[in-house]
Amino acid sequence: MLSSLGSAGGKSAKPSFVSYVTPEEIKSEKEPSRKEKHPDLLPGEVVFCSASTVLKYTQDDLSQRGVFGVLLCTNFRVSFVSDEAPTEEMVRTLFKNKLYGENDIPLSCVDNIYGDKRKLITGGLVKNKYPSKMIIHCKDLRVFQFSLSFSKEEDAKKIFQGIVHHCLEPKSLRCLFAFSYCENTSYPGSYSYCREHLRKKQTVMFDSVEDWTQDMKRTKGNCRVVSENSNFELSPKLPQYFIVPKNVSDEDLTKYQGKGLPMWCWSHHSGCALFKTASIPLVQEDNVCCRMLTAVAHNHLYSVKTEDLSDTLPTVQDILLSYNRFKQFFLIDNTTEFWMSDMKWFSSLDNCGWLDIIRQCLQKAVEVVESLEKENTNVLIMEEGGSDLCCVVSSLVQLMLDPYYRTLLGFQSLVQKEWVAGGHAFLDRSNHLHLKDKVESQSPVFLLFLECVWQLQQQHGPAFQFSETYLTVLSDSIHVPVFTTFLFNNDGHRDSLLRAESPHTQRSPLNCPTVWDWSVQFDCKAQDLFTNPLYTEKPKQDTSVRKSYRPRHLRQLSLPSSAFKTPPKKGFFKDEADNLKKILGVKRLSRWMLSPSSDSPQTSSSVREFYEAWQTKPLDYHGLLLPCLDGPSIRVWMQRYLRWIHDVQILGGGPVAMLSKVSEILGEVQELQRQLDRHGCTLTSNHKGARPRAKTAAAVIAARSSVRLSSSFPFVTSRNWSFKPAIPTSLLQSLMVTGMAGNLADREDDGGPESLV
Amino acid sequence: TKFSQASSFHSRPKHLLSSPPKKIWGPTFGYKCLESLKMEPLADCSLLPGEERIIDKDIIYICPFSGALKGKVFITNYRLYFKSADADPAVTLDVPLGAIGRVEKMGGASSRGENSYGLDITCKDMRNLRFALKQEGHSRRDIFDILFKYAFPLSHGLLLFAYLSQEKFEENGWSVYKPMEEFRRQGLPNDKWRVTFINANYELCDTYPTILVVPFKATEEDLRKVCTFRSRGRIPVLSWIHRENQAVICRCSQPLVGMSGKRNKDDERYLDLIREANGTAKLTIYDARPSVNAVANKATGGGYEGDDAYQNAELVFLDIHNIHVMRESLKKLKDIVYPNVEESHWLSSLESTHWLEHIKLVISGAIQVADKISGGNSVVVHCSDGWDRTAQLTSLAMLMLDSHYRTLRGFQVLLEKEWIGFGHKFANRIGHGDKNHADQDRSPIFVQFIDCVWQMTKQFPTAFEFNERLLVTILDHLFSCRFGTFLYNCERARDTNELRSKTVSLWSLVNSDLSFYQNPFYTPESNRVLYPVASMRHLELWVTYYIRWNPRIRQQQQSPVEQRYIELLALRDEYLKKLEELQLSDSSPNSSHLSNSSTPNAASPTQHITHLHTPF
Repeated sequence: MLSSLGSAGGKSAKPSFVSYVTPEEIKSEKEPSRKEKHPDLLPGEVVFCSASTVLKYTQDDLSQRGVFGVLLCTNFRVSFVSDEAPTEEMVRTLFKNKLYGENDIPLSCVDNIYGDKRKLITGGLVKNKYPSKMIIHCKDLRVFQFSLSFSKEEDAKKIFQGIVHHCLEPKSLRCLFAFSYCENTSYPGSYSYCREHLRKKQTVMFDSVEDWTQDMKRTKGNCRVVSENSNFELSPKLPQYFIVPKNVSDEDLTKYQGKGLPMWCWSHHSGCALFKTASIPLVQEDNVCCRMLTAVAHNHLYSVKTEDLSDTLPTVQDILLSYNRFKQFFLIDNTTEFWMSDMKWFSSLDNCGWLDIIRQCLQKAVEVVESLEKENTNVLIMEEGGSDLCCVVSSLVQLMLDPYYRTLLGFQSLVQKEWVAGGHAFLDRSNHLHLKDKVESQSPVFLLFLECVWQLQQQHGPAFQFSETYLTVLSDSIHVPVFTTFLFNNDGHRDSLLRAESPHTQRSPLNCPTVWDWSVQFDCKAQDLFTNPLYTEKPKQDTSVRKSYRPRHLRQLSLPSSAFKTPPKKGFFKDEADNLKKILGVKRLSRWMLSPSSDSPQTSSSVREFYEAWQTKPLDYHGLLLPCLDGPSIRVWMQRYLRWIHDVQILGGGPVAMLSKVSEILGEVQELQRQLDRHGCTLTSNHKGARPRAKTAAAVIAARSSVRLSSSFPFVTSRNWSFKPAIPTSLLQSLMVTGMAGNLADREDDGGPESLV
Repeated sequence: TKFSQASSFHSRPKHLLSSPPKKIWGPTFGYKCLESLKMEPLADCSLLPGEERIIDKDIIYICPFSGALKGKVFITNYRLYFKSADADPAVTLDVPLGAIGRVEKMGGASSRGENSYGLDITCKDMRNLRFALKQEGHSRRDIFDILFKYAFPLSHGLLLFAYLSQEKFEENGWSVYKPMEEFRRQGLPNDKWRVTFINANYELCDTYPTILVVPFKATEEDLRKVCTFRSRGRIPVLSWIHRENQAVICRCSQPLVGMSGKRNKDDERYLDLIREANGTAKLTIYDARPSVNAVANKATGGGYEGDDAYQNAELVFLDIHNIHVMRESLKKLKDIVYPNVEESHWLSSLESTHWLEHIKLVISGAIQVADKISGGNSVVVHCSDGWDRTAQLTSLAMLMLDSHYRTLRGFQVLLEKEWIGFGHKFANRIGHGDKNHADQDRSPIFVQFIDCVWQMTKQFPTAFEFNERLLVTILDHLFSCRFGTFLYNCERARDTNELRSKTVSLWSLVNSDLSFYQNPFYTPESNRVLYPVASMRHLELWVTYYIRWNPRIRQQQQSPVEQRYIELLALRDEYLKKLEELQLSDSSPNSSHLSNSSTPNAASPTQHITHLHTPF
């Protein structure tokens, strides 16, 4: 099934590695080898500049230990190639990315570069100088420290300026590696083969009428598929294909280039649906906005709730600011500082607000879920642009309500639908091009979404077919400039660029891989780590039940569907259309304003009740899922953020210790199933659909005793089993026992009050 | 109305698979809050053997989560039991009286407002209970008096329930720990370390156990001399020895240095004998206290080992605070988690309690001890008296070093040895049966230790044979007074009160139902030192203990991973069985692909929770 599409990166790159030798030891070799070294280059990859005798510090200390090698800058990455030959053991790294190794940094993955005295380097500032020490912080949270002081001055200057130029200074999209990579790979051929494949069995790309129709049918929606924009005639900013409420007229479609058009996201089984839209312009002579609302309301029982996310959720700038503060906790260039900050960890975390933003997004999604699930009203979420928080919230809502999106392919399809086709401005939000005028628009919105998914996943592990590792890898892939998925701002943008760059006939656009083609980055074994061993498919019996009943979730609220029982609502729009127009004419739509039933501002307490009611029902992993939003339940995504920090790796521990045991047994069960199948034995269980691999990779690794799993698995596998424990270094200045406790601290354990000292 | 149905009280589905998820915690501790009981309403709460009903009363329970609930409370000599009359599902409370720390009257006969007249009960297990009664006719007088009397029996000349209990178990928990056996397991005595019975009658040290291990070269006379220089006579004795490198963990109390900086040649020589035993170049003395406290202790006659006096020793302070600081810290924690979890700035609030910070200091202290031992160096650990912080440090270090203590029975031995045997003052720290709730001697040191253990099990989910349930059960019975295990301050008091013959051990309960406390993921790995990461990044609040009364949080406490694993194990056994049946009936040679190693398992499928090597 997984054909070797990635023949491009086929020749396995020479693995890079970390060695623990002091510079002195290296120097004793007198002359470092003069031979020009470079990593195995990818197709289309070109070396810009390089410097030898660069010292790469081993990450975890101030002791200046490190390893010498060549530092290069190519059109794809910054790469460090050690002078030492890799040892046999290190070659067998399981979880190896085929595109870049552990000492490679894709150019778009570089976050910040610091020079001597931790001075932040900005592009354009460096003319003839270069620092003796260069620290690179990566967007995947790795930290590299290089010393250039052993290199030839010329080389050092060149490599430093090269790296700064290619990593920090503005460039054109054409310069992104994806284009030269794709032109130089045999990829397109196999890709088009693959696309047929995708079409049938794999990720739904939402780039055709059929995909959209299919998804609407699946959810039993009853809306209108719009194909009038297939050549971006309506608007280059609108998706190529999309779905709107039935009542939207042709005239409405063409007006305002689609601004204010309610775009269908998902239909609830009750018939109501979720729509999203870019905010409607304020002054509208012909009340487009009113007509659009009516159209949405008509979708199901004339009820609609609107939610302007710009009013209630943080802005993209807030998100960026908060994340910038948050990520600093994990970009560690010195262990002493790390331990110093340890005591204030919780309050620092609290103050940066990142977890709170996650909580707000989840809460907003729960509110929308409540409207759909409990009240069966249509919901229209909106924001300026309609493709940031709308994407976050609508995707989260669908994850909570629809178990299909919790499968691996379902999830990928969801990202395609809501984010890629949905027109999230990946390019602007990541600002891969370092354009000065786009600095403002940079924001990790998609990462925020993944964070929210991770919260759901860690609270309801068995509900998701994909693993934590999958999410982490996906979050890393945003910064690998090879995949079309994350390179463009919308469908129109993608189409025009790929067409323009096509080396072939004018008709067929340049084919680049999508991130979903995981074989470009990982081999099959490594991809096994993307599946969650806790996941079970929905038992088959249920589907038959489903046909006879309405498709109700087990953990559904038995609350009466108010929409069905209160017919007066039906006339709401007709009767009060005039009123509504007046309201709309005067001010912006505010929160739930049009909701006839819940005008109370106590959303948070209502969400709480909704959660509690849901919680008392037995949990069905294939039904409605809600996150717990209490303080202790929203947590830090340990795997993503702590994986590179040596001092906090739990050797031989972490959740992976348990999960690998589950994987192991799962492998055995699957093997037994196969044997029983051969005997023609029919099994009632639901483990059949799981991937029929004997053992998952984690189990293989676990079984191999030479490599120990740690909490950083699979990103770091420790080779060294005997080790010194990390002992916090800042214990002494730690306890600032305050106020009341002050004198208690001075007391003796078993003395009465008289023994106060 | 007395029922002797101990077994039914313990009844729970044998197999976790078939147990409804909520019931995971077993019977006694109020986890059934929202769960309906099998028994008839009110009339027949199944009692423990020896348990007697004292009073029943109509009452309103002011539940912080579901509001005021009418129902009936009954009080026995062991528990307070409440069941709501009209709520659906019924809300029940089942609180051992031992868990009650304080009973107060709330409001007066003339108080206004609904439900303003009643009782306010503060529990030792992180919850408070409020009951309201009718305002007329002194309706609360009898129940208040009875509660006060039976919750604090020792203050009223009554016996603790452990002495009244008639419970019988298959296993006798008192036989779990035999000091000589445990020392023999460690390879003791040997040519460097000997067993002494000098304390057989508690004459050397009244808070120490009777059997002690001391340097071979130290004579009984030496011990007596050292005794005079150590606070409360708690001389350095061996707690644990590393089988390979012979490094030892010794524990003791502070030296009686005093303001004048007294020295004691015998003590100095004695510590040097400890150092010498395995040729350690420098003996490391870990003083658990912050150095300022150690200095301050000189004023009251204590102190620490000075550099001049102890030439071959290095002294390290571990900065762990005293029992008062810990008590206040947990109090603050309760404030932010009960009844409701602090909503705004949860993390900052959590940090301001310092609870996890203290946990971190204790764990990192233990890591340092374990690391020294692994490196082949002997250590001496003490604090002031050597029964609080010292016990935490030595037992945690031993948990890291010795995989035996990570088994179900080994852990019981560890507690019996380091905590119960060496005189952690459970009676004073917990205040069993004592009405003086403000007693300054009370402190959650043992709770803190169990929290540290939980942190370790969290970081190493496959390294411990026991599960979280065991830890919660231990903490519940730390307070309950149903078992004798945690009663009294020291062995001497236990002997005087004939504890072992008159009460039942907690381990009788646990060991009669081992599978309930077993961690299915347990993978024995002997000789592996376990170093947890003592960083706030990895320490987390033990939500399923501290916030378990909150129904919103409770949902999260099951481990779906565990459930899934057990399901898969069962499935594997089922398939193996089926496959074997097929093979028996199917004589065709095709069926021979069943791997050899799995065949023996098929014979007895249910027993095989352990690792199976199937060469696929």
